[in-house]
Amino acid sequence: MKDDDFEPPYLFPDYRATRLRAPQHPPVKLPDEWFDQASGPAFGRIPVRPEDADLTSGHPGQPLGQRIIVSGRVTDSDGRAVANTLVEVWQANAAGRYLDPVDDHPAPLDPNFVGAGRCLTDGEGRYRFVTIKPGAYPWRNHANAWRPAHIHFSLFGPSLASRLVTQMYFIGDPLIPYDPILNSIADPRGRELLVSRFDVETTVPEWALGYRWDIVLRGRRATPVEH
Amino acid sequence: MGHRVAGSPRNTRGTLTPTPSQTVGPFFGFALPFDGDAVAAAGATRIEGQVIDGAGEPVVDALLEVSQAGQFARCRTDSEGAFHFAVAQPAEGFLHVAVFARGLLRHLNTRMYFPGAEDAALLSVDAGRRPTLIARREGEVLRFDVRLQGEGETVFLA
Repeated sequence: MKDDDFEPPYLFPDYRATRLRAPQHPPVKLPDEWFDQASGPAFGRIPVRPEDADLTSGHPGQPLGQRIIVSGRVTDSDGRAVANTLVEVWQANAAGRYLDPVDDHPAPLDPNFVGAGRCLTDGEGRYRFVTIKPGAYPWRNHANAWRPAHIHFSLFGPSLASRLVTQMYFIGDPLIPYDPILNSIADPRGRELLVSRFDVETTVPEWALGYRWDIVLRGRRATPVEH
Repeated sequence: MGHRVAGSPRNTRGTLTPTPSQTVGPFFGFALPFDGDAVAAAGATRIEGQVIDGAGEPVVDALLEVSQAGQFARCRTDSEGAFHFAVAQPAEGFLHVAVFARGLLRHLNTRMYFPGAEDAALLSVDAGRRPTLIARREGEVLRFDVRLQGEGETVFLA
């Protein structure tokens, strides 16, 4: 791995669940044409409706919490737009509770919020979701463990190597220094790449706060284009 | 518009640093599955398997995706760590498999070869570990287990 590559390790004992799930063998590196440049999944069967980009819609009332707009641009390592790729997001509600039967945190569910969304990037690689700011929630990794507020993201991109599942955090969250999942990325420059910024330009007056977060998918064009 | 508010700095090679991975976590089951997600092709081969951790316990909160030649399917493991797919056997003889789970800070990639299929990539893998990439026939279905860690650990690819 290159020195400016900030991927987390598989085994990070502070994040307890890695201990029995991290492979002991390193991955077998295949030639780029068999893996890095192999076409990624054809995700077209996953349904995407325009209203799926607004997580505050689709219910009789408005969800509780701070309404926010999360937007950004998806590019490859050369800064070129990744257009028409699927972005999936999911998150806890404002009280820190997921609408998932596995989540037993005793915080209230919100009848007006599911917390799952999808959209396709536009021709310039841009995505945009309307949602509410998720709450922090406890987990049982260590004593008094709390996850900082975050939104899960899943992206495909053009190749196998570009597939990305990650989490977006919020600037200034006091729980960030205590979180072993984010801190599995050793280099602070790498952790910073997962933190969205408040953005006054995408903030809509009298309506919602804007947060910006750009995403870079692994991989670049096989043949460099001369400009 | 047009200015970068947040994002990757140019690195020493002049390229942008890829956004790092984080775990899919335990709570994706209400969000990522979709109707018919495990069936890539009707009347296709059924594949069944289980995801196992380093203690031999089933991984009940994993998500697998298989793809090849325009086919794509996704399946969440159940309370026994089991998953299933219906996929038509592609000319390439194998499926790309991606494994996501709580405790996997990065997802894992591997391949599932159909019985009898073989190619240079499969032969490049150590012969002792090669069988972890090959599905075996069990009656009407193909069986393909994923062992994340320890004895019989699946060969993961990059």
